[in-house]
Amino acid sequence: MSKVRVLVGTRKGAFILTSDGKRENWDVSGPHFAGWEMYHLKGSPVEPNRLYASQSSGWSGQVMQRSNDGGKTWETVGNKFTYDGVPGTHQWYDGTPHPWEFKRVWHLEPSLTDPDTVYAGVEDAALFISKDGGQNWEELSGLRGHGSGPHWQPGAGGMCLHTIILDPSNPSRMFIAISAAGAFRTDDSGKTWKPINHGLRSQYIPDPTAEVGHCVHHIAMHPSRPGVLFMQKHWDVMRTDNAGDSWQEVSGNLPTDFGFAIDVHAHEPDTIYVVPIKSDSEHFPLEGKLRVYRSRTGGNEWEPLTKGLPQSNCYVNVLRDAMAVDALDKCGVYFGTTGGQVYASADAGDTWAPIVRDLPAVLSVEVQTLS
Amino acid sequence: MIRVVLPAHLRALAHVDSEVQLEVTGPVTQRSVLEALEARYPMLRGTIRDHTTQQRRPWLRFFACQEDLSHEPPDAPLPEAVATGTEPYLVVGAIAGG
Repeated sequence: MSKVRVLVGTRKGAFILTSDGKRENWDVSGPHFAGWEMYHLKGSPVEPNRLYASQSSGWSGQVMQRSNDGGKTWETVGNKFTYDGVPGTHQWYDGTPHPWEFKRVWHLEPSLTDPDTVYAGVEDAALFISKDGGQNWEELSGLRGHGSGPHWQPGAGGMCLHTIILDPSNPSRMFIAISAAGAFRTDDSGKTWKPINHGLRSQYIPDPTAEVGHCVHHIAMHPSRPGVLFMQKHWDVMRTDNAGDSWQEVSGNLPTDFGFAIDVHAHEPDTIYVVPIKSDSEHFPLEGKLRVYRSRTGGNEWEPLTKGLPQSNCYVNVLRDAMAVDALDKCGVYFGTTGGQVYASADAGDTWAPIVRDLPAVLSVEVQTLS
Repeated sequence: MIRVVLPAHLRALAHVDSEVQLEVTGPVTQRSVLEALEARYPMLRGTIRDHTTQQRRPWLRFFACQEDLSHEPPDAPLPEAVATGTEPYLVVGAIAGG
């Protein structure tokens, strides 16, 4: 029988939640790395017990962890992230040049074909690759070397590369997103990159349709349709049907189109999920009601999903990497909140229940479907 | 034998539950103690000093014999009491966060 393993990164440690395919009863393991910020954990698609985890703290910086047994035991791997060449400068909040400085790993993306290859998206924004299971890291500097790099600026959370999407149909193609530079695509395995922000409109930058400078919060893809991407931007939910060459807004009837998380149903490429957040200055749900919105039409037409979610006095946030789906039938949908709840739906969002209620603030949620 | 006291989160990372004892060959300095520490516990590399610059991470301090040695040159000799193991060398985390 299938099993589900949910990897939860929080501000004060990591937790691993496991259940059988019914997804009714859950075992909770953790905290792992208690007291440390766990920005992201993710398993290899080809070797699911191979997990990678980003562990960091203001005191001691970045540590990287690897597990070969599904998170029962961990070993420390390489944490040396050195920018290629002379790092140069990007823009600081006040528009002055600021040297590129490594701060932490936000997102880990294991290869679709090799358990020893993993990508890391870091702050200050750059993309690194390890081909030896996380022991050594090398920057794919063509991204940062893109001519626009000196004009990139941090968002409120820092200048982070937070999204990495590998194209399952084209090993040379990869998408990444940076706050607040925008989305980029490579078609040559990371040597060269192209900004893919045409169609984005951001009123908070001097040129609302600039090539770079957009605060992209997250991007999601269905593996069966890799040219179609869905984006939760700072404001606006967007869609592209041509691998990012152009985007159109699909916010439709959402009550607010600000938000962080976005994901796609495992079996229905046009069914997408977002968690609308009131505004950029009020990072909590509208009216104190925690509602996931689902579109079954690839955007524009949205329905609120509320059964089992708090519908009064709820003022949590759902961060960009804190939503994921499983591959069971019916598709499971999961998200974590800054209030420490991890909610799960075993019926594609129709009904919800908390797996845990009182974890530290949740930074990331990933799901593994295990046979 | 040099005694080193680590903050709790680094003890957990290094899988030690009390102070660490190290053999240091040659002059006993902050650099030689930290290099011996990192050689014995490689998982601590980059967590006390920056990998590249070897600078102390800003939220950590180095104390010994009731003195703050954080701004002393890394190759200056440590106090005799540290070199003889009478007093520990302390890596201290700033009181911060919530």
